[in-house]
Amino acid sequence: MFSRAYKMAVTLPPLVWVAAFLLTPYLLMFCYSFWSVSSAQVIVHHWSLDNYRELLRVGVYWQTLFRSMWIAARVTIFSLLLGYPLAYFLSFHAGQRKELFYQLVIIPLWVSYLVRAYAWKTILGSDGVLNTLLQYVHLTRHPLEFLLYSPFAVVLTLTHIYTPFTFLPIYAALEHIPRNLVEASHDLGATPGQTFWKIVFPLSIPGVLAGATFAFVLSLGDFLAPLLLGGPSGIMISNIVVSLFGAAYNWPLGAAISFCMLLLVVSLIFLSERLERKWSFS
Amino acid sequence: MELLVSGNGSEATKGPRWLLAHAVAVFGFLYLPIAVLILYSFNGEGVGGFPPRHLTFDWYRVLFSDGPIWDSVWNSLQVAFVAMVISLAIGVPAALALDRAQFPGKALFRRLVLLPLILPGVITGLSLLMLFNAAAITLSLLTIVLGHGTALISVATTEVFAGLQKLDRAQEEASLDLGANYWQTFWRVTMPNLKLSIIGAALLIFTLSMDEIAVSFFLIGRDNTLPLEIWGRLRRGITPEINAVSTIIFVFSLVAIVVWYRLRVRDGRTEAGMEVVEAVGGSAS
Repeated sequence: MFSRAYKMAVTLPPLVWVAAFLLTPYLLMFCYSFWSVSSAQVIVHHWSLDNYRELLRVGVYWQTLFRSMWIAARVTIFSLLLGYPLAYFLSFHAGQRKELFYQLVIIPLWVSYLVRAYAWKTILGSDGVLNTLLQYVHLTRHPLEFLLYSPFAVVLTLTHIYTPFTFLPIYAALEHIPRNLVEASHDLGATPGQTFWKIVFPLSIPGVLAGATFAFVLSLGDFLAPLLLGGPSGIMISNIVVSLFGAAYNWPLGAAISFCMLLLVVSLIFLSERLERKWSFS
Repeated sequence: MELLVSGNGSEATKGPRWLLAHAVAVFGFLYLPIAVLILYSFNGEGVGGFPPRHLTFDWYRVLFSDGPIWDSVWNSLQVAFVAMVISLAIGVPAALALDRAQFPGKALFRRLVLLPLILPGVITGLSLLMLFNAAAITLSLLTIVLGHGTALISVATTEVFAGLQKLDRAQEEASLDLGANYWQTFWRVTMPNLKLSIIGAALLIFTLSMDEIAVSFFLIGRDNTLPLEIWGRLRRGITPEINAVSTIIFVFSLVAIVVWYRLRVRDGRTEAGMEVVEAVGGSAS
């Protein structure tokens, strides 16, 4: 029913825009990763694999990448441990208050990321709310120094930020489970535990995978929380990229790291989608 | 939080108690920093220190006479507004295209549009920085607008696409049969049906742009947006003035949520942003 002209009119402008401002920049990043910087700080458009060789050769890049993945993995696990039971509670046991609780989970998402990270900084600092509280009630006599400027602070803050993101797809998956399946399981004599592990949990796996992917990928690439709360031991891979684009002025090497991250993220999304499809109901 | 605990005497029939306790604990975790943030915006003694002392409105007074903060708020509002217009201008046709047209690279196009939402901001920000650098475009609020406008197209596309799925095509068909052209049909039939999806997307894009920092971080010129102004101050040392401005923004965000919620209730869906989550979270085939 729609004419060719109509289809062209709705298709062309988005295609052109997306090609110009999404596809081209990512391709340009790919190109940059093969170039280099001369001693006079000029980009040399000579193609080579030197940047990638450098990444394989220098240990600090690997170590930082693994540290970032370890931080992201902890954030993912904690977000799931906090988000899954909450989603289950809302979907199956919250009754009339479901709507209200759902909004309560969403509201923190509307508070700026930066502001929440900053709030944690004011809580965890050596003169911060937590340390002064502990001293006020005489639980400790000196400020606990590990609270701020540590991987702990980064994991805590990122878990706080990504728990709602993990919650959302799990909640969506739980909401889609036909309730008569659960009732049938009850009627046939299964205990609540059996019903959960044999019916509810398997059907919620696509949501768990989507939530885990959100938490892992977004925290893997974070650079602001480490800058604000991480200290020297909390540096993550994106911080290296940022410094290569800033003071260190080596855009090509930074582009090579970014491109590796892009590949890692895209393959994780791809993998998670494959698994989700495998586990999806119907 | 009291709502959660009190007036609910029959939890035993509503699942194990530990689930309720866990939910209360998670809500406590989610709201603790926000509560601290608001509380200490009234604290005369600075951002830390327990118990809070000398409750005062001084920080709000300081804030209201702070020129650079308000300049950055104004910049952010402008950026968010133009980014919203761009995202809708590209995102709405994109949703129509995905719903109604077949074209080569459609699957790739859909994925590309969604990518900035799941990709770490550092990658999107830096790749755009390289583009603007290659095109010799000076960094300014305009480059931030282009970055936000592009990264948030997906919000408009997914929300409107979900609206289109519910749309009754017969109405459009009738309009065309009765002699209206495509342009008239679009404005008089299609758009009114998509109104709620579009307003919802617009609110979401506006708020996300107001808060965005990871992409803006790399595209900033001379003028700061609010998050970048705050970022700059955090590095110089912190005062409850930042708590005060954050509290005000939080209150405005709450108003936006209530508006959104009202719209959704009328539309029969109250799960804000679920279309975006489901689209990004895969299974968008």
